[in-house]
Amino acid sequence: MEVLNAIFVLPFVDMFSEPIFFAEVVVGGLLTGVMYSLVALGFVLIFKASGVFNFAQGAMVLFAALTLVGLMEKGVPVWLALIIAAGVMVIVAVIIEKLVLRPLVNQPDIILFMATIGITFFLEGFGETVWGSDIHRLDVGIPDAPFEIGGMLLNEFDIWAAAIGAAMVGGLALFFRYTVIGRALRAVADDHQAALSVGIPLKTIWIVVWSVAGFVGLVAGIMWGTKSGVQFSLSLIALKALPVLILGGFTSIPGAIVGGLIIGVGEKVAEIYWGPLIGGAIENWFAYMLALVFLLFRPQGLFGEKIIERV
Amino acid sequence: MTETRNIGDTLLKVDNISLSFGGVKAITGVSLEIREREICAIIGPNGAGKTSMLNVINGFYHPQEGTITFGGEVRRKMRPHLAAQGGIARTFQNVALFTGMSTLDNIMTGRNLKMKRNFLWQAINIGPARKEELEHREFVERIIDFLEIEAIRKTPVGRLPYGLQKRVELGRALAAEPKLLLLDEPMAGMNVEEKEDMCRFILDTNDEFGTTIGLIEHDMGVVMDLSDHVVVLDHGEKIADGVPDVVRADQNVIDAYLGVAHE
Repeated sequence: MEVLNAIFVLPFVDMFSEPIFFAEVVVGGLLTGVMYSLVALGFVLIFKASGVFNFAQGAMVLFAALTLVGLMEKGVPVWLALIIAAGVMVIVAVIIEKLVLRPLVNQPDIILFMATIGITFFLEGFGETVWGSDIHRLDVGIPDAPFEIGGMLLNEFDIWAAAIGAAMVGGLALFFRYTVIGRALRAVADDHQAALSVGIPLKTIWIVVWSVAGFVGLVAGIMWGTKSGVQFSLSLIALKALPVLILGGFTSIPGAIVGGLIIGVGEKVAEIYWGPLIGGAIENWFAYMLALVFLLFRPQGLFGEKIIERV
Repeated sequence: MTETRNIGDTLLKVDNISLSFGGVKAITGVSLEIREREICAIIGPNGAGKTSMLNVINGFYHPQEGTITFGGEVRRKMRPHLAAQGGIARTFQNVALFTGMSTLDNIMTGRNLKMKRNFLWQAINIGPARKEELEHREFVERIIDFLEIEAIRKTPVGRLPYGLQKRVELGRALAAEPKLLLLDEPMAGMNVEEKEDMCRFILDTNDEFGTTIGLIEHDMGVVMDLSDHVVVLDHGEKIADGVPDVVRADQNVIDAYLGVAHE
Protein backbone atom coordinates (compact mmCIF):
# COMPACT_ATOMS: atom_id res chain seq x y z
CA MET A 1 0.00 0.00 0.00
CA GLU A 2 2.76 2.37 0.90
CA VAL A 3 4.63 1.51 -2.28
CA LEU A 4 1.60 2.20 -4.45
CA ASN A 5 1.08 5.44 -2.60
CA ALA A 6 4.65 6.47 -3.30
CA ILE A 7 4.36 5.64 -6.99
CA PHE A 8 0.90 6.82 -7.89
CA VAL A 9 -0.01 9.51 -5.40
CA LEU A 10 2.89 11.32 -3.81
CA PRO A 11 4.67 12.44 -7.01
CA PHE A 12 1.47 14.08 -8.23
CA VAL A 13 0.88 15.69 -4.89
CA ASP A 14 4.40 17.12 -5.15
CA MET A 15 3.72 18.43 -8.64
CA PHE A 16 0.59 20.26 -7.63
CA SER A 17 1.86 21.59 -4.36
CA GLU A 18 4.79 23.29 -6.06
CA PRO A 19 3.56 24.20 -9.55
CA ILE A 20 6.33 26.66 -10.29
CA PHE A 21 9.05 24.13 -9.59
CA PHE A 22 7.18 21.61 -11.71
CA ALA A 23 6.97 24.14 -14.56
CA GLU A 24 10.69 24.73 -14.25
CA VAL A 25 11.36 21.02 -14.56
CA VAL A 26 9.11 20.76 -17.62
CA VAL A 27 10.64 23.77 -19.34
CA GLY A 28 14.12 22.47 -18.58
CA GLY A 29 13.09 19.16 -20.11
CA LEU A 30 11.68 20.85 -23.21
CA LEU A 31 14.89 22.76 -23.74
CA THR A 32 17.01 19.62 -23.50
CA GLY A 33 14.47 17.94 -25.72
CA VAL A 34 15.08 20.43 -28.52
CA MET A 35 18.72 19.45 -28.44
CA TYR A 36 17.82 15.77 -28.74
CA SER A 37 15.56 16.69 -31.64
CA LEU A 38 18.43 18.39 -33.42
CA VAL A 39 20.50 15.22 -33.35
CA ALA A 40 17.54 13.05 -34.32
CA LEU A 41 16.81 15.37 -37.22
CA GLY A 42 20.13 14.48 -38.83
CA PHE A 43 19.15 10.81 -38.75
CA VAL A 44 15.70 11.46 -40.18
CA LEU A 45 17.03 13.47 -43.12
CA ILE A 46 19.34 10.73 -44.27
CA PHE A 47 16.89 7.93 -43.56
CA LYS A 48 14.19 9.72 -45.53
CA ALA A 49 16.30 10.28 -48.59
CA SER A 50 18.40 7.17 -48.81
CA GLY A 51 16.80 4.63 -46.51
CA VAL A 52 20.12 4.33 -44.70
CA PHE A 53 20.23 4.33 -40.95
CA ASN A 54 23.24 6.56 -40.53
CA PHE A 55 25.02 5.39 -37.43
CA ALA A 56 27.69 7.99 -38.13
CA GLN A 57 25.43 10.95 -37.33
CA GLY A 58 26.91 11.20 -33.83
CA ALA A 59 30.41 11.08 -35.23
CA MET A 60 29.45 13.79 -37.70
CA VAL A 61 28.32 15.95 -34.77
CA LEU A 62 31.66 15.38 -33.07
CA PHE A 63 33.66 15.92 -36.24
CA ALA A 64 31.86 19.16 -37.11
CA ALA A 65 32.28 20.51 -33.59
CA LEU A 66 35.95 19.47 -33.48
CA THR A 67 36.63 21.20 -36.78
CA LEU A 68 34.94 24.37 -35.58
CA VAL A 69 36.67 24.41 -32.23
CA GLY A 70 40.03 23.52 -33.76
CA LEU A 71 39.81 26.40 -36.21
CA MET A 72 38.77 28.81 -33.49
CA GLU A 73 41.70 27.74 -31.30
CA LYS A 74 43.97 28.54 -34.25
CA GLY A 75 42.64 32.10 -34.12
CA VAL A 76 40.12 31.98 -36.94
CA PRO A 77 37.17 34.33 -36.25
CA VAL A 78 33.89 32.65 -35.36
CA TRP A 79 31.98 33.50 -38.55
CA LEU A 80 34.79 32.28 -40.79
CA ALA A 81 35.24 29.12 -38.74
CA LEU A 82 31.51 28.42 -39.09
CA ILE A 83 31.67 28.78 -42.87
CA ILE A 84 34.77 26.59 -43.13
CA ALA A 85 33.28 23.94 -40.85
CA ALA A 86 30.11 23.90 -42.98
CA GLY A 87 32.29 23.58 -46.08
CA VAL A 88 34.17 20.69 -44.51
CA MET A 89 30.85 18.93 -43.87
CA VAL A 90 29.98 19.31 -47.58
CA ILE A 91 33.34 17.78 -48.49
CA VAL A 92 32.68 14.93 -46.06
CA ALA A 93 29.30 14.40 -47.77
CA VAL A 94 30.88 14.29 -51.23
CA ILE A 95 33.54 11.82 -50.08
CA ILE A 96 30.98 9.57 -48.38
CA GLU A 97 28.82 9.56 -51.52
CA LYS A 98 31.78 8.74 -53.78
CA LEU A 99 33.63 6.20 -51.66
CA VAL A 100 30.87 4.55 -49.66
CA LEU A 101 27.35 5.01 -50.99
CA ARG A 102 27.98 4.73 -54.73
CA PRO A 103 29.95 1.46 -54.64
CA LEU A 104 27.33 -0.01 -52.31
CA VAL A 105 24.24 1.09 -54.21
CA ASN A 106 21.53 -1.59 -54.33
CA GLN A 107 23.12 -3.52 -51.47
CA PRO A 108 20.89 -4.63 -48.60
CA ASP A 109 20.25 -2.02 -45.90
CA ILE A 110 22.28 -3.90 -43.33
CA ILE A 111 25.40 -3.54 -45.50
CA LEU A 112 24.92 0.21 -45.72
CA PHE A 113 24.34 0.32 -41.98
CA MET A 114 27.62 -1.48 -41.40
CA ALA A 115 29.31 0.96 -43.74
CA THR A 116 28.07 3.87 -41.63
CA ILE A 117 29.56 2.20 -38.56
CA GLY A 118 32.82 2.19 -40.48
CA ILE A 119 32.38 5.89 -41.23
CA THR A 120 31.79 6.49 -37.50
CA PHE A 121 35.12 5.04 -36.50
CA PHE A 122 36.91 6.79 -39.31
CA LEU A 123 35.48 10.22 -38.47
CA GLU A 124 36.19 9.80 -34.76
CA GLY A 125 39.74 8.65 -35.39
CA PHE A 126 40.45 11.21 -38.07
CA GLY A 127 39.00 14.04 -36.00
CA GLU A 128 41.21 13.15 -33.06
CA THR A 129 44.30 12.75 -35.22
CA VAL A 130 43.87 16.20 -36.66
CA TRP A 131 42.58 18.12 -33.64
CA GLY A 132 43.79 16.09 -30.68
CA SER A 133 41.80 14.26 -28.03
CA ASP A 134 41.65 16.92 -25.31
CA ILE A 135 38.41 18.40 -24.13
CA HIS A 136 37.97 21.68 -25.98
CA ARG A 137 36.03 24.59 -24.62
CA LEU A 138 33.66 26.03 -27.19
CA ASP A 139 32.25 29.53 -27.05
CA VAL A 140 30.68 30.96 -30.17
CA GLY A 141 29.35 33.99 -28.34
CA ILE A 142 25.83 32.87 -27.50
CA PRO A 143 24.95 34.62 -24.23
CA ASP A 144 24.87 32.27 -21.28
CA ALA A 145 23.38 33.84 -18.19
CA PRO A 146 20.71 32.52 -15.85
CA PHE A 147 17.58 34.67 -15.50
CA GLU A 148 14.28 34.45 -13.75
CA ILE A 149 10.85 34.54 -15.34
CA GLY A 150 7.62 34.01 -13.43
CA GLY A 151 9.55 32.47 -10.58
CA MET A 152 11.30 29.97 -12.85
CA LEU A 153 15.05 29.97 -13.12
CA LEU A 154 16.09 29.55 -16.75
CA ASN A 155 19.29 29.74 -18.72
CA GLU A 156 19.62 32.19 -21.58
CA PHE A 157 21.71 29.74 -23.61
CA ASP A 158 19.01 27.08 -23.45
CA ILE A 159 16.50 29.53 -24.85
CA TRP A 160 18.84 30.40 -27.71
CA ALA A 161 19.48 26.75 -28.41
CA ALA A 162 15.77 26.06 -28.50
CA ALA A 163 15.12 29.03 -30.78
CA ILE A 164 17.87 28.07 -33.22
CA GLY A 165 16.74 24.45 -33.18
CA ALA A 166 13.15 25.47 -33.84
CA ALA A 167 14.17 27.78 -36.69
CA MET A 168 16.23 25.04 -38.25
CA VAL A 169 13.44 22.51 -38.04
CA GLY A 170 10.89 24.94 -39.45
CA GLY A 171 13.22 25.87 -42.29
CA LEU A 172 13.84 22.25 -43.20
CA ALA A 173 10.15 21.40 -43.10
CA LEU A 174 9.41 24.26 -45.53
CA PHE A 175 12.35 23.25 -47.71
CA PHE A 176 11.07 19.68 -47.99
CA ARG A 177 7.50 20.75 -48.61
CA TYR A 178 7.74 23.66 -51.04
CA THR A 179 10.89 23.56 -53.13
CA VAL A 180 11.90 21.67 -56.25
CA ILE A 181 14.86 20.09 -54.49
CA GLY A 182 12.71 19.23 -51.51
CA ARG A 183 10.26 17.47 -53.79
CA ALA A 184 13.10 15.63 -55.50
CA LEU A 185 14.37 14.56 -52.07
CA ARG A 186 10.97 13.19 -51.12
CA ALA A 187 10.77 11.44 -54.47
CA VAL A 188 14.12 9.74 -53.97
CA ALA A 189 13.05 8.70 -50.49
CA ASP A 190 9.96 7.00 -51.88
CA ASP A 191 11.36 5.15 -54.86
CA HIS A 192 14.91 5.24 -56.22
CA GLN A 193 14.11 3.68 -59.59
CA ALA A 194 11.15 5.90 -60.32
CA ALA A 195 13.17 8.95 -59.29
CA LEU A 196 15.88 8.00 -61.76
CA SER A 197 13.33 7.47 -64.51
CA VAL A 198 12.04 11.03 -64.22
CA GLY A 199 15.60 12.28 -64.41
CA ILE A 200 16.43 13.07 -60.79
CA PRO A 201 20.16 12.46 -60.38
CA LEU A 202 20.57 10.33 -57.24
CA LYS A 203 24.17 11.38 -56.83
CA THR A 204 23.40 15.06 -56.40
CA ILE A 205 20.49 14.36 -54.10
CA TRP A 206 22.60 12.19 -51.81
CA ILE A 207 25.28 14.83 -51.59
CA VAL A 208 22.65 17.44 -50.71
CA VAL A 209 21.13 15.27 -48.01
CA TRP A 210 24.41 14.31 -46.39
CA SER A 211 25.54 17.93 -46.49
CA VAL A 212 22.34 19.11 -44.83
CA ALA A 213 22.72 16.36 -42.24
CA GLY A 214 26.27 17.64 -41.79
CA PHE A 215 24.99 21.20 -41.17
CA VAL A 216 22.45 19.90 -38.69
CA GLY A 217 25.29 17.98 -37.05
CA LEU A 218 27.34 21.17 -36.89
CA VAL A 219 24.55 23.07 -35.17
CA ALA A 220 23.94 20.20 -32.75
CA GLY A 221 27.68 20.03 -32.14
CA ILE A 222 27.82 23.74 -31.30
CA MET A 223 24.92 23.44 -28.85
CA TRP A 224 26.13 20.32 -27.07
CA GLY A 225 29.75 21.38 -27.34
CA THR A 226 29.06 24.70 -25.64
CA LYS A 227 27.18 22.92 -22.87
CA SER A 228 29.57 20.10 -22.10
CA GLY A 229 32.77 20.85 -24.00
CA VAL A 230 33.81 19.32 -27.31
CA GLN A 231 35.04 15.85 -26.50
CA PHE A 232 34.85 12.26 -27.62
CA SER A 233 31.63 11.56 -25.70
CA LEU A 234 29.81 13.98 -28.00
CA SER A 235 29.48 11.21 -30.56
CA LEU A 236 27.59 9.15 -27.97
CA ILE A 237 24.60 11.48 -28.02
CA ALA A 238 23.75 9.65 -31.21
CA LEU A 239 22.60 6.87 -28.90
CA LYS A 240 20.26 9.27 -27.13
CA ALA A 241 18.69 10.06 -30.50
CA LEU A 242 17.64 6.43 -30.98
CA PRO A 243 14.71 6.46 -28.52
CA VAL A 244 13.70 9.82 -29.97
CA LEU A 245 13.53 8.25 -33.41
CA ILE A 246 11.61 5.25 -32.21
CA LEU A 247 9.08 7.56 -30.57
CA GLY A 248 8.78 9.96 -33.47
CA GLY A 249 9.15 7.60 -36.38
CA PHE A 250 12.25 7.34 -38.56
CA THR A 251 10.75 9.18 -41.51
CA SER A 252 9.07 12.13 -39.87
CA ILE A 253 10.62 15.54 -39.25
CA PRO A 254 7.81 16.63 -36.91
CA GLY A 255 8.23 13.23 -35.26
CA ALA A 256 11.85 13.97 -34.48
CA ILE A 257 10.82 17.21 -32.81
CA VAL A 258 7.93 15.87 -30.77
CA GLY A 259 9.88 12.71 -29.90
CA GLY A 260 12.79 14.81 -28.66
CA LEU A 261 10.51 16.98 -26.54
CA ILE A 262 8.71 14.00 -25.01
CA ILE A 263 11.96 12.29 -24.14
CA GLY A 264 13.45 15.50 -22.77
CA VAL A 265 10.50 16.26 -20.52
CA GLY A 266 9.85 12.62 -19.66
CA GLU A 267 13.30 11.88 -18.35
CA LYS A 268 13.54 15.09 -16.33
CA VAL A 269 10.14 14.61 -14.71
CA ALA A 270 10.80 10.93 -14.05
CA GLU A 271 14.18 11.70 -12.54
CA ILE A 272 12.89 14.32 -10.15
CA TYR A 273 9.59 12.82 -9.03
CA TRP A 274 10.10 9.08 -9.30
CA GLY A 275 13.90 8.89 -9.19
CA PRO A 276 14.32 9.02 -5.43
CA LEU A 277 12.11 5.92 -5.07
CA ILE A 278 14.79 3.70 -6.52
CA GLY A 279 17.80 5.77 -5.68
CA GLY A 280 17.92 8.08 -8.70
CA ALA A 281 19.67 7.96 -12.09
CA ILE A 282 16.45 7.17 -13.92
CA GLU A 283 17.42 9.83 -16.44
CA ASN A 284 19.99 7.56 -18.07
CA TRP A 285 17.68 4.73 -18.99
CA PHE A 286 14.18 6.20 -18.91
CA ALA A 287 14.28 7.11 -22.63
CA TYR A 288 15.13 3.55 -23.62
CA MET A 289 12.32 2.10 -21.50
CA LEU A 290 9.88 4.48 -23.15
CA ALA A 291 11.20 3.48 -26.57
CA LEU A 292 10.76 -0.17 -25.69
CA VAL A 293 7.13 0.41 -24.76
CA PHE A 294 6.61 2.18 -28.06
CA LEU A 295 8.20 -0.65 -29.99
CA LEU A 296 5.67 -3.01 -28.45
CA PHE A 297 2.57 -0.94 -29.11
CA ARG A 298 3.34 1.42 -31.96
CA PRO A 299 6.44 0.29 -33.85
CA GLN A 300 6.09 2.93 -36.58
CA GLY A 301 6.35 5.71 -34.00
CA LEU A 302 4.00 8.63 -33.46
CA PHE A 303 4.27 10.09 -36.95
CA GLY A 304 5.99 7.40 -38.97
CA GLU A 305 4.36 5.98 -42.07
CA LYS A 306 2.37 2.91 -41.27
CA ILE A 307 4.05 -0.17 -42.61
CA ILE A 308 1.54 -1.90 -44.81
CA GLU A 309 2.70 -4.72 -46.99
CA ARG A 310 0.45 -5.54 -49.88
CA VAL A 311 0.38 -9.20 -50.76
CA MET B 1 -6.08 3.71 -89.06
CA THR B 2 -2.38 3.37 -89.77
CA GLU B 3 -2.74 4.96 -93.20
CA THR B 4 -4.27 8.16 -91.87
CA ARG B 5 -1.45 8.89 -89.42
CA ASN B 6 1.88 10.13 -90.61
CA ILE B 7 4.41 7.77 -89.18
CA GLY B 8 7.88 9.20 -89.51
CA ASP B 9 11.47 8.04 -89.57
CA THR B 10 13.11 5.69 -87.15
CA LEU B 11 13.28 7.25 -83.66
CA LEU B 12 14.80 4.35 -81.80
CA LYS B 13 16.91 1.65 -83.33
CA VAL B 14 17.97 -1.27 -81.21
CA ASP B 15 20.66 -3.19 -82.99
CA ASN B 16 21.69 -6.72 -82.13
CA ILE B 17 21.40 -6.33 -78.35
CA SER B 18 22.52 -9.12 -76.04
CA LEU B 19 22.15 -8.97 -72.29
CA SER B 20 23.04 -11.58 -69.71
CA PHE B 21 23.17 -11.72 -65.94
CA GLY B 22 26.05 -13.96 -65.00
CA GLY B 23 25.41 -17.04 -67.08
CA VAL B 24 21.73 -16.38 -67.65
CA LYS B 25 20.93 -14.92 -71.02
CA ALA B 26 18.03 -12.50 -70.87
CA ILE B 27 18.22 -11.15 -74.40
CA THR B 28 20.07 -12.65 -77.36
CA GLY B 29 20.80 -10.63 -80.48
CA VAL B 30 17.55 -8.69 -80.68
CA SER B 31 17.11 -5.82 -83.13
CA LEU B 32 14.04 -3.67 -83.45
CA GLU B 33 12.98 -0.25 -84.61
CA ILE B 34 10.43 2.17 -83.29
CA ARG B 35 9.43 4.91 -85.69
CA GLU B 36 8.25 8.39 -84.86
CA ARG B 37 4.63 8.76 -83.84
CA GLU B 38 3.88 5.04 -83.95
CA ILE B 39 2.69 2.76 -81.19
CA CYS B 40 4.93 -0.26 -81.02
CA ALA B 41 4.07 -3.22 -78.83
CA ILE B 42 6.58 -5.69 -77.48
CA ILE B 43 4.85 -8.89 -76.51
CA GLY B 44 5.85 -12.38 -75.49
CA PRO B 45 5.28 -15.04 -72.85
CA ASN B 46 6.60 -14.66 -69.28
CA GLY B 47 10.37 -14.46 -69.13
CA ALA B 48 10.68 -13.53 -72.78
CA GLY B 49 12.88 -10.55 -71.95
CA LYS B 50 10.35 -7.77 -72.54
CA THR B 51 10.98 -5.80 -69.38
CA SER B 52 14.73 -6.39 -69.74
CA MET B 53 14.45 -4.82 -73.17
CA LEU B 54 12.70 -1.79 -71.73
CA ASN B 55 15.32 -1.52 -69.00
CA VAL B 56 18.06 -1.58 -71.63
CA ILE B 57 16.42 1.19 -73.68
CA ASN B 58 15.88 3.24 -70.54
CA GLY B 59 19.43 2.75 -69.23
CA PHE B 60 18.79 0.63 -66.13
CA TYR B 61 20.61 -2.32 -67.69
CA HIS B 62 23.73 -2.16 -69.78
CA PRO B 63 23.83 -4.73 -72.58
CA GLN B 64 27.07 -6.63 -73.20
CA GLU B 65 26.64 -6.38 -76.95
CA GLY B 66 24.86 -4.24 -79.49
CA THR B 67 24.12 -0.59 -79.99
CA ILE B 68 21.13 1.64 -79.47
CA THR B 69 20.48 4.62 -81.69
CA PHE B 70 18.04 7.17 -80.33
CA GLY B 71 17.08 10.23 -82.34
CA GLY B 72 19.98 9.64 -84.72
CA GLU B 73 22.57 9.41 -81.95
CA VAL B 74 24.33 6.17 -81.14
CA ARG B 75 24.76 5.51 -77.46
CA ARG B 76 26.77 2.78 -75.90
CA LYS B 77 26.35 3.22 -72.20
CA MET B 78 23.38 5.05 -70.76
CA ARG B 79 22.40 6.18 -67.30
CA PRO B 80 18.69 6.36 -66.46
CA HIS B 81 18.69 10.06 -65.69
CA LEU B 82 20.53 10.72 -68.96
CA ALA B 83 17.92 8.72 -70.83
CA ALA B 84 15.30 10.86 -69.15
CA GLN B 85 17.15 14.00 -70.23
CA GLY B 86 17.25 12.64 -73.78
CA GLY B 87 13.47 12.42 -73.81
CA ILE B 88 12.68 8.86 -72.78
CA ALA B 89 10.00 8.57 -70.09
CA ARG B 90 8.59 5.34 -68.72
CA THR B 91 6.18 3.65 -66.38
CA PHE B 92 6.80 0.49 -64.42
CA GLN B 93 5.21 -2.93 -64.30
CA ASN B 94 4.59 -2.70 -60.56
CA VAL B 95 3.62 0.94 -60.28
CA ALA B 96 6.59 2.93 -59.00
CA LEU B 97 5.06 6.12 -57.67
CA PHE B 98 6.14 8.31 -54.79
CA THR B 99 3.49 6.97 -52.47
CA GLY B 100 3.80 9.56 -49.74
CA MET B 101 3.26 12.45 -52.14
CA SER B 102 0.07 13.86 -53.66
CA THR B 103 -0.99 13.19 -57.23
CA LEU B 104 -0.04 16.74 -58.12
CA ASP B 105 3.44 16.46 -56.58
CA ASN B 106 4.02 13.13 -58.28
CA ILE B 107 3.26 14.57 -61.67
CA MET B 108 5.30 17.69 -60.85
CA THR B 109 8.39 15.50 -60.39
CA GLY B 110 7.96 14.62 -64.06
CA ARG B 111 8.64 18.30 -64.84
CA ASN B 112 11.92 18.12 -62.96
CA LEU B 113 14.06 18.17 -66.08
CA LYS B 114 12.13 21.04 -67.62
CA MET B 115 13.05 23.32 -64.74
CA LYS B 116 15.66 25.75 -66.01
CA ARG B 117 16.64 27.52 -62.82
CA ASN B 118 19.88 26.39 -61.28
CA PHE B 119 20.34 24.37 -58.19
CA LEU B 120 20.47 27.21 -55.68
CA TRP B 121 17.25 28.73 -56.97
CA GLN B 122 15.60 25.37 -56.72
CA ALA B 123 16.43 25.21 -53.05
CA ILE B 124 14.10 28.11 -52.35
CA ASN B 125 10.59 28.98 -53.37
CA ILE B 126 10.63 32.72 -54.01
CA GLY B 127 11.17 35.09 -56.93
CA PRO B 128 12.03 33.49 -60.27
CA ALA B 129 11.92 30.00 -58.78
CA ARG B 130 8.34 30.54 -57.69
CA LYS B 131 7.33 31.96 -61.06
CA GLU B 132 8.81 28.98 -62.84
CA GLU B 133 7.09 26.58 -60.47
CA LEU B 134 3.75 28.19 -61.34
CA GLU B 135 4.33 27.85 -65.07
CA HIS B 136 5.03 24.15 -64.69
CA ARG B 137 2.07 23.83 -62.43
CA GLU B 138 -0.12 25.05 -65.29
CA PHE B 139 1.21 22.39 -67.61
CA VAL B 140 0.64 19.73 -64.99
CA GLU B 141 -2.93 20.88 -64.48
CA ARG B 142 -3.51 20.33 -68.21
CA ILE B 143 -2.26 16.76 -67.89
CA ILE B 144 -4.50 16.24 -64.89
CA ASP B 145 -7.49 17.42 -66.94
CA PHE B 146 -6.44 15.25 -69.85
CA LEU B 147 -6.29 12.13 -67.68
CA GLU B 148 -9.48 13.06 -65.85
CA ILE B 149 -7.96 12.85 -62.39
CA GLU B 150 -8.96 16.31 -61.12
CA ALA B 151 -10.74 14.84 -58.13
CA ILE B 152 -7.64 13.17 -56.70
CA ARG B 153 -5.25 16.07 -57.25
CA LYS B 154 -4.34 16.40 -53.57
CA THR B 155 -4.70 12.77 -52.50
CA PRO B 156 -1.54 10.92 -51.47
CA VAL B 157 -1.18 8.34 -54.22
CA GLY B 158 -0.56 5.53 -51.75
CA ARG B 159 -4.27 5.69 -50.93
CA LEU B 160 -5.50 5.45 -54.51
CA PRO B 161 -6.80 2.26 -56.09
CA TYR B 162 -4.44 0.48 -58.44
CA GLY B 163 -6.09 1.61 -61.66
CA LEU B 164 -5.81 5.27 -60.73
CA GLN B 165 -2.21 4.83 -59.60
CA LYS B 166 -1.38 3.57 -63.07
CA ARG B 167 -3.03 6.65 -64.50
CA VAL B 168 -1.02 8.96 -62.24
CA GLU B 169 2.12 7.16 -63.30
CA LEU B 170 1.23 7.78 -66.93
CA GLY B 171 0.67 11.43 -66.02
CA ARG B 172 4.12 11.68 -64.47
CA ALA B 173 5.69 10.25 -67.62
CA LEU B 174 3.69 12.62 -69.83
CA ALA B 175 4.74 15.62 -67.75
CA ALA B 176 8.26 15.21 -69.09
CA GLU B 177 6.92 15.78 -72.64
CA PRO B 178 8.84 12.72 -73.78
CA LYS B 179 9.87 11.93 -77.33
CA LEU B 180 9.54 8.27 -76.51
CA LEU B 181 7.13 6.95 -73.91
CA LEU B 182 7.75 3.44 -72.62
CA LEU B 183 4.87 1.69 -70.87
CA ASP B 184 5.55 -1.53 -69.01
CA GLU B 185 2.27 -3.44 -68.92
CA PRO B 186 0.03 -0.39 -68.55
CA MET B 187 -3.05 -2.57 -68.31
CA ALA B 188 -1.80 -5.29 -65.95
CA GLY B 189 -4.18 -6.07 -63.11
CA MET B 190 -6.96 -3.79 -64.34
CA ASN B 191 -10.61 -4.56 -64.82
CA VAL B 192 -12.28 -4.19 -68.21
CA GLU B 193 -13.47 -0.66 -67.60
CA GLU B 194 -10.08 0.55 -66.42
CA LYS B 195 -8.46 -1.13 -69.40
CA GLU B 196 -10.77 0.70 -71.78
CA ASP B 197 -9.95 4.02 -70.13
CA MET B 198 -6.24 3.33 -70.30
CA CYS B 199 -6.48 2.37 -73.98
CA ARG B 200 -8.25 5.61 -74.69
CA PHE B 201 -5.60 7.65 -72.90
CA ILE B 202 -2.80 5.89 -74.74
CA LEU B 203 -4.44 6.48 -78.12
CA ASP B 204 -5.26 10.10 -77.25
CA THR B 205 -1.71 10.76 -76.11
CA ASN B 206 -0.45 9.40 -79.39
CA ASP B 207 -2.99 11.39 -81.40
CA GLU B 208 -2.89 14.72 -79.63
CA PHE B 209 0.77 15.06 -78.72
CA GLY B 210 2.20 12.81 -81.43
CA THR B 211 4.15 10.94 -78.76
CA THR B 212 5.93 7.81 -79.88
CA ILE B 213 4.96 4.92 -77.63
CA GLY B 214 6.62 1.62 -76.92
CA LEU B 215 4.54 -0.67 -74.77
CA ILE B 216 4.73 -4.11 -73.25
CA GLU B 217 1.49 -5.95 -72.82
CA HIS B 218 0.14 -9.40 -72.09
CA ASP B 219 -3.41 -8.86 -73.23
CA MET B 220 -3.34 -9.84 -76.91
CA GLY B 221 -6.66 -8.19 -77.70
CA VAL B 222 -5.46 -4.85 -76.40
CA VAL B 223 -2.19 -5.10 -78.27
CA MET B 224 -3.81 -5.87 -81.60
CA ASP B 225 -6.19 -2.91 -81.28
CA LEU B 226 -3.65 -0.37 -80.12
CA SER B 227 -0.48 -0.94 -81.99
CA ASP B 228 0.81 -0.09 -85.42
CA HIS B 229 3.56 -2.61 -85.14
CA VAL B 230 4.22 -5.61 -82.94
CA VAL B 231 7.49 -7.24 -81.91
CA VAL B 232 7.30 -10.71 -80.39
CA LEU B 233 10.02 -11.99 -78.07
CA ASP B 234 10.41 -15.51 -76.77
CA HIS B 235 13.25 -16.80 -74.56
CA GLY B 236 15.15 -13.57 -75.20
CA GLU B 237 15.00 -13.85 -78.98
CA LYS B 238 12.88 -12.06 -81.51
CA ILE B 239 10.52 -14.45 -83.27
CA ALA B 240 8.27 -12.07 -85.16
CA ASP B 241 8.01 -8.41 -86.15
CA GLY B 242 5.33 -6.72 -88.21
CA VAL B 243 1.80 -5.33 -88.37
CA PRO B 244 -0.65 -6.93 -85.91
CA ASP B 245 -2.53 -9.01 -88.44
CA VAL B 246 0.57 -10.63 -89.85
CA VAL B 247 2.00 -11.32 -86.40
CA ARG B 248 -1.24 -12.83 -85.20
CA ALA B 249 -1.13 -15.40 -87.98
CA ASP B 250 2.54 -16.24 -87.53
CA GLN B 251 3.07 -19.90 -86.69
CA ASN B 252 6.06 -19.22 -84.40
CA VAL B 253 4.01 -16.80 -82.37
CA ILE B 254 1.13 -19.20 -82.00
CA ASP B 255 3.57 -21.91 -80.88
CA ALA B 256 5.23 -19.63 -78.36
CA TYR B 257 1.93 -18.63 -76.82
CA LEU B 258 0.11 -21.95 -76.96
CA GLY B 259 3.05 -24.28 -76.75
CA VAL B 260 4.12 -26.79 -79.38
CA ALA B 261 2.91 -30.35 -79.42
CA HIS B 262 5.85 -32.63 -78.75
CA GLU B 263 6.28 -35.66 -80.95
